[in-house]
Amino acid sequence: MVKVLTPRDFGSHPAYIDKNYRSTALRGPTRPLIPIRGISLAAPVYGHDRVSAGDADLTANGRKDGDPQGERIIVTGRVLDDAGRPLANTLVEIWQANAAGRYIHVVDQHPAPIDPNFFGGGRCLTDDQGRYRFVTIKPGAYPWGNHANAWRPNHIHFSVFGHQFGQRLVTQMYFPGDPLLALDPIYLGVPAKSRERMVAQFSIDATKENYALGYVFDIVLRGESATPWENHA
Amino acid sequence: MSNDHPLGQTPSQTVGPFFAYGLTPEQYGYNWPSIAGPEMADEATAGERIIFEGCVFDGAGQPVTDALIEIWQADGAGTYATAQGRNTGFTGFGRAGTGVAGDGVFRFATIKPGAPSATEAPHINIILTMRGLLMHTFTRAYFDGEARNARDPVLAQVPADRRSTLLARQSAPGVWRFDIHMQGESETVFFDL
Ligand SMILES: [Fe+2]
Repeated sequence: MVKVLTPRDFGSHPAYIDKNYRSTALRGPTRPLIPIRGISLAAPVYGHDRVSAGDADLTANGRKDGDPQGERIIVTGRVLDDAGRPLANTLVEIWQANAAGRYIHVVDQHPAPIDPNFFGGGRCLTDDQGRYRFVTIKPGAYPWGNHANAWRPNHIHFSVFGHQFGQRLVTQMYFPGDPLLALDPIYLGVPAKSRERMVAQFSIDATKENYALGYVFDIVLRGESATPWENHA
Repeated sequence: MSNDHPLGQTPSQTVGPFFAYGLTPEQYGYNWPSIAGPEMADEATAGERIIFEGCVFDGAGQPVTDALIEIWQADGAGTYATAQGRNTGFTGFGRAGTGVAGDGVFRFATIKPGAPSATEAPHINIILTMRGLLMHTFTRAYFDGEARNARDPVLAQVPADRRSTLLARQSAPGVWRFDIHMQGESETVFFDL
């Protein structure tokens, strides 16, 4: 039985070339994607065994001699398909700047301090309910060269596989109420109707008393079609 | 979305320039185990060992040095690994950033995949993402000179004059070269699958 995914909803995704995000001009494909139908391919098999419990606590996995600086937060949510079914046992990877807006990546030359106790990478597998949970530090905003006085909003990068090859998603999670969202070409590259799906919600239920504020970010991937693809309008 | 699929899909965003320590830490020298890397096969892996390499070129013909390439392929017998039972030491999944080898090259040490079914030609599935790409692209590398290419059902859906963009070519014994062109005359075919 061929498992067919619902189509990528291109009306919810950014266009490849966006005049306000300069790097897209030479990097986005210019010709239409070629649709191929009837492909059924499971998601890649990767090193499940290399994911350890400690990988989901970014306040601890880079620790050298103390706690990382900044505001500790909890980021949690579920990975679902577009029919609302949870995707269990799927890999969620994140990476982010530290509280000062600096990445550990050697290419990042933003003159904000490195935090010797913060690495910024994390990962975990979703549980039976599709749930993931990270403890981390709220990332700082940082400047970039796209245009004069350009700043990225606070964000956490996410990478998710899902269960089928075609479910792959790389995205970014934003924070509610961030004034930089209204100025950010990467966020604004997404159609208005779907942008807010990338904004986490503050949650008092996810908040841990006397410890950390909680944010909820659900991730929705393409689902398996109940009917053959051709029957979808 | 239909009634069966009420939730809106989460939009894609660029991977950005700083993914290396999170997604390809070992390859870039960070002290954290990678879940997959460019070394996919070892001495014990059955099959024909190959180097699968190439470059991603932007619309100005410049090599992209901050792309992430993920490849997913069958083993030498044409079988995809499953999480439950896989060929020892070979998952068929590799990850490489283009910022390490110099000149924007990605280079996987793998084995030549077999044909996954009687009708398909051997191929490598590719997910490509990078700074400046707001949504990852899917493409495939087929092997130049392979007789089964002529009746592969996916290649058949590609206009004949663009099929050559999906062919890896042997550049040296055991080395298959697959360059990806984001734009221009020889823009690589990207799939909506
Ligand atoms: Fe970023």
